[in-house]
Amino acid sequence: MNDATTSMIEIREVVKNFGSFTALHGITADIREGEFFSLLGPSGCGKTTLLRMIAGFEAPTSGAIAIDGKDMAGIPANRRPTNMVFQSYAIFPHLNVEENVGYGLKARKMENKDIAREVADVLSLVDMEGYGKRKAHELSGGQRQRVALARALIMKPKVVLLDEPLSALDKKLRDQMQVELRTLQRSIGITFILVTHDQEEALIMSDRIAVMFEGRIEQLDSPEGLYRRPVNKRVASFIGVMNFLPARVTATTDTHLTLDIAALGSVEVPRHSIATDVDTAAINSVGVRPEMLTLLFDGFERSENKVEAEVTDTQYYGDMTYYTIRLPGHAEPVTISMRNTAGRSVMSPGSKVSVGWGADSIVVFRD
Amino acid sequence: MKWLASRWLAVYAVVYMIFLYAPVILLPLFALNTSTIIAFPLSGFTTDWFVGLWYTDTLHTALGNSMLVGLSTALLSTLLGAFAARASARFAFPGKTGIVGLIMLPLVLPEIIIAVALLVMLNQLGMPLSLWTVVGGHVLICTPFAIAILSSAYRGLDRELEEVSFDLGESRWGTFRRVTLPLVLPGVISSLLITFTISLDEFIIAFFLTGTDVTLPVYIWSQLRFPAKLPSVMALGTILLVVSVVLLIVAEALRRRSAARQGIDTTLAGV
Repeated sequence: MNDATTSMIEIREVVKNFGSFTALHGITADIREGEFFSLLGPSGCGKTTLLRMIAGFEAPTSGAIAIDGKDMAGIPANRRPTNMVFQSYAIFPHLNVEENVGYGLKARKMENKDIAREVADVLSLVDMEGYGKRKAHELSGGQRQRVALARALIMKPKVVLLDEPLSALDKKLRDQMQVELRTLQRSIGITFILVTHDQEEALIMSDRIAVMFEGRIEQLDSPEGLYRRPVNKRVASFIGVMNFLPARVTATTDTHLTLDIAALGSVEVPRHSIATDVDTAAINSVGVRPEMLTLLFDGFERSENKVEAEVTDTQYYGDMTYYTIRLPGHAEPVTISMRNTAGRSVMSPGSKVSVGWGADSIVVFRD
Repeated sequence: MKWLASRWLAVYAVVYMIFLYAPVILLPLFALNTSTIIAFPLSGFTTDWFVGLWYTDTLHTALGNSMLVGLSTALLSTLLGAFAARASARFAFPGKTGIVGLIMLPLVLPEIIIAVALLVMLNQLGMPLSLWTVVGGHVLICTPFAIAILSSAYRGLDRELEEVSFDLGESRWGTFRRVTLPLVLPGVISSLLITFTISLDEFIIAFFLTGTDVTLPVYIWSQLRFPAKLPSVMALGTILLVVSVVLLIVAEALRRRSAARQGIDTTLAGV
């Protein structure tokens, strides 16, 4: 069913201007059938505008959007095979849960008894049986979210559009709903497009993520691809924590690059681990994820390379400890995360430590 | 003294309410009194003054005129108010604050100034005075009230509700019928009732701008010249008072119900 090669949505060179302001600069992307796709970026990056264009609430200034092989130009929101879950949920306050969920079917002039059956089905799908007679103000945030989702799903759309659907919920409920939404999407196999500014949420829920900045897609990749191989410093610092160290290429061979990295030293990085279109002469920094560095707790722990350092701050999270360390010859503090496995003590600030690292730890950016 | 110190706020409130409403109580009191002289002690109970109203043709004409002016004013000012409220709640446009301010200005302008200014203008334009010129003046002072009431109705109406409806396959008209109208209807009715009441009670503009046809307040004023008619005026005033209070209570109840539906603050502070 989830044929990964079928495009559900084709976005071609889409530009959107609001007066003199350009919200989107020529977006091109394919969203596959049955995938959970996220548009991730800071506020004002154009992600919501793009979502509203797919829904049919905004028209592109130029470019084209096709859904399921059909060009959507001139087709308004009420005749598109998409349904949206709004950030505010927008539950109709004068209608109860059943009437809210059945709203779209009534617009299709479906028989009342058929509507009742469909409503019951979809309410059980989102775990809201028995809430049919409640009004919007009698529901909690999580329940409203479920009603809004049910109201979209009952239309059996080809694509469900979610505009920051979890941002109004508290942390604990949000974590729970992320998993629930993901599970639900997998079981029904409908294409979901999620707009979010929360990178963790995007990583947890998505099959693929488009990271957007200032109206452009900076990188479109799987969660792992984004985290492990961010194309530039901006994406790297938006997704998770990244240490940046000045570096330059000192030698190149057919198989390796030799990098001289500030505070760490020299290392050979295999070419297959970096993008093919990297301009090696232009490299001036590399990235290192906190968990790709290791604090060596005694002299016997082995590592490809090691440097001496000093702990300047410690943040203890229970399962993890985040250390801020200072490397000799490098002014910027570096963050290292360590799992608190059995027998591993927490180092206090001021401790002298060895930091282990290897060629695998290094991320070389494309631009 | 100690008791007074601890309850002074309650005492103040009671005194204030007496000051505010005691004169109003006098109206039904003398309307049901047998004597034509408005003075204590009361001489006896009668409903003759109310019955007498039934046989006063000039009063019925004035009442008819007031109904015509009140209904026309209510419809026109609510219609204009709905447009203005929707524009100010939904759209941003240059000079919005200034324009809305100008529309709301009649709310604080002395009515006598408005009345004189309108009279001068109508004379200059050579327009004959009639009940319709009164309607024009009433629409001017009632529209700000309509805007205030309808703005709160529109502000409570989340724009996304209309988008959701459209997104769920409903047409523009269907969205208006199934979402917009049910949510703002209590506000519309409340606006109609309040503007009608204001027009019904309004004297100064009606006095200045009417031709030979008089409205109810103008009729009442003309009756005050005859001391013998005073109890009938009291009876008429009593009826008007009851009708006004009932209309305003209904309007406010509707406004609150609409606010509660939309889950927002239900006190008057929210207006």
